[in-house]
Amino acid sequence: MDLNFTREELAFRDEVRTFLRDELPQDIAAKIKNGQPVAAQDYVRWQKILYKRGWGAPGWPKQFGGPGWGPVQMHIYDEEAAAAGAPRMIPFGLKMVAPVIMAFGSPEQQKRFLPRILSADDWWCQGYSEPGAGSDLASLKTRAERQGDHYIVNGQKTWTTLGQHADWIFCLVRTDPNAPKPQQGISFLLIDMKTPGITVRPIITMDGAHEVNEVWFENVKVPVENRVGEENKGWTYAKFLLGHERTNIAGVGASKRELKRLKNIARQELKNGKPLIEDPLFAAKIAQVEIDLMALEITNLRALSAESEKRAPGPEASILKIKGTEIQQALTELMMYAVGPYALPFARESREEGDLQSVAGPAYAAPLAATYCNVRKVTIYGGSNEIQRNIISQMILGL
Amino acid sequence: MDFNFTEEQQLLADTVKRFVREDYTFEKRREILKSPEGWSREVWGKLAELGLTALNVPEAHGGLNASPVDTMLVMNALGEGLVVEPFLSAAVLAPALISRLGDEKAAAELFEGLIAGERIVVVAHQEAPSRGDVQYVATRAERSGDGYVLDGHKAVIAHGGAADELLVTARVSGQPGDRDGVSVFRVDPKAAGVTVKRYATMDGQRAADIELKSVKVAADRRIGAEGKAFDAIEAAHDIALSALCAEAVGVMKAINATTLDYTKNRKQFGQPIAKFQVLQHRMADMFLHAEQATSMSYLAAIKCVDPDAAERRRALSAAKVVIGQAGRFVGQQAIQLHGGMGMTDELMVSHHFKRITAIDLTFGDADMHLQKFAGLSQTA
Repeated sequence: MDLNFTREELAFRDEVRTFLRDELPQDIAAKIKNGQPVAAQDYVRWQKILYKRGWGAPGWPKQFGGPGWGPVQMHIYDEEAAAAGAPRMIPFGLKMVAPVIMAFGSPEQQKRFLPRILSADDWWCQGYSEPGAGSDLASLKTRAERQGDHYIVNGQKTWTTLGQHADWIFCLVRTDPNAPKPQQGISFLLIDMKTPGITVRPIITMDGAHEVNEVWFENVKVPVENRVGEENKGWTYAKFLLGHERTNIAGVGASKRELKRLKNIARQELKNGKPLIEDPLFAAKIAQVEIDLMALEITNLRALSAESEKRAPGPEASILKIKGTEIQQALTELMMYAVGPYALPFARESREEGDLQSVAGPAYAAPLAATYCNVRKVTIYGGSNEIQRNIISQMILGL
Repeated sequence: MDFNFTEEQQLLADTVKRFVREDYTFEKRREILKSPEGWSREVWGKLAELGLTALNVPEAHGGLNASPVDTMLVMNALGEGLVVEPFLSAAVLAPALISRLGDEKAAAELFEGLIAGERIVVVAHQEAPSRGDVQYVATRAERSGDGYVLDGHKAVIAHGGAADELLVTARVSGQPGDRDGVSVFRVDPKAAGVTVKRYATMDGQRAADIELKSVKVAADRRIGAEGKAFDAIEAAHDIALSALCAEAVGVMKAINATTLDYTKNRKQFGQPIAKFQVLQHRMADMFLHAEQATSMSYLAAIKCVDPDAAERRRALSAAKVVIGQAGRFVGQQAIQLHGGMGMTDELMVSHHFKRITAIDLTFGDADMHLQKFAGLSQTA
């Protein structure tokens, strides 16, 4: 057992650091480090820089344009990128639909879709959840009826993250409503967002942001060639995708960066005339999150190490999701409390324009309440933490 | 020992509850939030018609001289409906302060406009370094000729922007944490040197930062004896703190009711999600928290006028700790149990969540009061 990086791994880390120092746009890094919202064009700009360097898709195999990194290298990259203030990877194309197309798509689909995902020419969104199908995803109702060379799609998807920017949506649709089990009779379709009959409606969340959407389908014609894999086998691909969604779900690098921001704020805030970071009660709370994060980091490395032996992460990923999201929430909560009453002024209007200007109090206080509200979502999405605990009890504990 | 409310109190509670449910709907509130002022004078007029603006005014000034328990019942209902009008600021804190400063002439003038629902008077006390601790006044009032000159910065004053008149606390002598040397001044927000920066707060309410730069105030605008206002300021904040705790209880009960209702109706895996034991236990804990909070709100209402200041402050800090912690748990779990729907602006629960969060950040958060309680209890 050795928890240290090898000499080669350290050399790789230096290479990543140099690249980030030279190529990461400072305006984007400043937004991330100050907890400001990142605009869609910022994500695209950064992805194109990564693509140029050959690092557009750390997890992809070489044959599709990936850098051929192993799990440890990917981990090092994630850590360094997060620390430097690089935007998170928008997962829908790169981490979700791409692995499905690689594993189950036709060679034509691979050629058509993968390069444009890698180069950020296409923005993808996810058509999974429906109003009646959240945790119980298999109960989805969006219907796709075969008519000659097309499917006619009718129904509604919801919680479609950043769908307002999307060129394509990958959708789970019901192709056989009479299948004996809800998991059967589902197919996996790739749908061009410009197709007539698609309507995107914004959902405004409590922080005032437009991040999620409803996507409505009314007699939307989708060519049969846009189905991935076999008809009625979509659930298999969906489960495969959910396994990939959980890679880097721990978010250790980003949480380390946020911990740093928390400490910075606590150093500047005063309590009884002394820096808040010296207040025993608050200092203990910071220490508790820091310790939880240390444990998560090692747990994450253990999972990565197991992953280098087999491909997709197993049910252990649920541990990372639960602890990772709880830590994210603890950090946003502590940051909000750190600024006391100045957490209250709420820059809601300006958030919609992609920037949270300070209305009163220190500039670092401006985004904290909105972020605290926004980050309540992390224990809900991607399989709620209750569902993750079900997975642990069923798949790991065998209950 | 008696936990029952009088018939009059029951009637008062029912009246305000009915007003909130019938006249202060989600849609109506949404329109008010969107308006430039962020609160409604029409609603304020109705609250005055119901007698609520007279509640905390002494009988000698035409008020109802209500008890903190009456105020508690009103605040329960206003919390349930998330009423954004300046009741706590202008109809609880301000009259509690005015009636304790011993200036009958000023009181008569100020109470008349309050009872009629015509004038909003707001106490501008909090300053940024205090973190909600009432015992911090750095704003200076320097003697100048036959008046004073005020300099300082008041931070996140609830409804400060709505005020027709401000009651500014300022120090005529001593250091920021001293009890002695603090006075209260009547200040026109439009006076030279006063800058009112208005903004919305996370809970949809309005607040303001108020900057005072060489603001000239005549000597007769000081209320009460010079430098002796701190006891009254503290006592008034204790009454307001008790009222805020009651509002929090109203918010929590509404959150729990809507969560119970949602989980009974939301079906996943072929059954209402309320059938899952893990959610049942979660809601049982939410209920427990709300009950403990209710108990402490009762204690706060009884103790907030206790003449024994140490005993009073201990009880109020304890109440704020329980209410802060309960509110955090209840609010966060309600969003979790509502799933994605809880995240949206469309349901009342997210608005309740934001208000309960803001309440913990008002008048000192749970941690601040935990430390305050610890300090007060070492010798108790």
